[in-house]
Amino acid sequence: MSIQVAIRHVAISEHRRFELDVAFATDKRRLVIYGPSGAGKTLTLRGVAGLLRPDHGRIVVNGRILFESDQGVDIPAQDRRCGYLFQDYALFPHLTVAQNIRFGRNAGLRNPSRGGMDDASERWIRALELEAVVRSYPSQLSGGQRQRTALARALAAGPDILLLDEPFSAVDPALRGRLRQELAELQSSLDLPMIVITHDPADADALGDEVLEIRDGRIHRGGA
Amino acid sequence: MDAHALDILQPLLLSLKVALWATAINLVLGVSVAYGLSRWRSGWRDLIDSLLTLPLVLPPTVLGYYLLVLLGRRGTVGAWLDHWGLSPVFTWQGAVIASTLVAFPMIQKAAQAAFENVDTEYEAAARVLGLRGPAIFFRVLLPLASRGITAGALLAFARALGEFGATLMIAGNMPGRTQTLSTAIFAAVQAGDDAGATTLVVVASVTCVVVLLIAGRLAPGRRRR
Repeated sequence: MSIQVAIRHVAISEHRRFELDVAFATDKRRLVIYGPSGAGKTLTLRGVAGLLRPDHGRIVVNGRILFESDQGVDIPAQDRRCGYLFQDYALFPHLTVAQNIRFGRNAGLRNPSRGGMDDASERWIRALELEAVVRSYPSQLSGGQRQRTALARALAAGPDILLLDEPFSAVDPALRGRLRQELAELQSSLDLPMIVITHDPADADALGDEVLEIRDGRIHRGGA
Repeated sequence: MDAHALDILQPLLLSLKVALWATAINLVLGVSVAYGLSRWRSGWRDLIDSLLTLPLVLPPTVLGYYLLVLLGRRGTVGAWLDHWGLSPVFTWQGAVIASTLVAFPMIQKAAQAAFENVDTEYEAAARVLGLRGPAIFFRVLLPLASRGITAGALLAFARALGEFGATLMIAGNMPGRTQTLSTAIFAAVQAGDDAGATTLVVVASVTCVVVLLIAGRLAPGRRRR
């Protein structure tokens, strides 16, 4: 397992101009990027997932070149096999838990049927203890169930790497400790590398084999 | 069926037929244009947007005149259509064209707002899960925008049902062929047939109430966050 990221990107919005210039490489299985909001954590993660096209740089995961601006390599997000956990989970509100989890199992024009099931999805539904809510809609779930549904959805698609954007910011603070432990256990049982970005030092302590600190779009080694 | 009932039934059925066709065409056309515009970032967008809003603000007779100039036998498109025996002037299809044009902004505006309201994170989630453009459109954007589109379609249907000016210009007012409820009412009043006009007005009003009731039933929406 190895991750090499070196990207430069200038993001211009109405209110500010933000310069991202990060470079890091690790062979640890669990990398935490820690820093305050607005430091460029999400931009970095989106760059790895292919949701953001950096102006310049190179991204390599497990020896597979995902992005290399000099050679014009830019594998589309659809083919990067990155499991992405969005900050607010981005569960599709019009689909049930089961349909959400099965969503990435086929890329055709129709959503999975409400009654159907497949082996990989079933496995993750069981592993994440979601059997009781498979027919529920995301709006009917608790924060923890939403997070587990989003994880199951990402895992069922068979990713090479997990990218977690502030995995606990959308759940009750009282639940965070337990969920953190659950995630750490799940991750150690999977053969999957992961990058977690967070502004919470407790996440960094619990989930990071290596912790990098990011501030104002730059990596400051060592970290928390 | 006696002649009098037929005088009411024919325009009513034609009105419904024309409004249904106009709504169906606009669902495809209006939703496609709305989707295209909702992703298009260009200075031209505002200009196109205002041009597409014109049917909402122009008097329908002006639209009817434009259509006549364009589709009439001496019009550019009309001459070509006429060559193939497809002239839409004084046909019910002409009424469909007029109603489609007049009702177009209702669906396009509603659909565009609905598409722009869909949180971009859903599209990002669909992309990392392997879906490409068309699949994202049909599986994520369209279902999430369906409520707004349905609302627009109902407005468009109601507008098409009541269309008068543009329809009169291009399709005329021929009983049994191109006479809709609105034009029949106009004809009845012109002819001094107060009883006929009253009946037609009541039928039109009842139809609208029924449409609104059906609309209330159809409107999707219980489950949303």
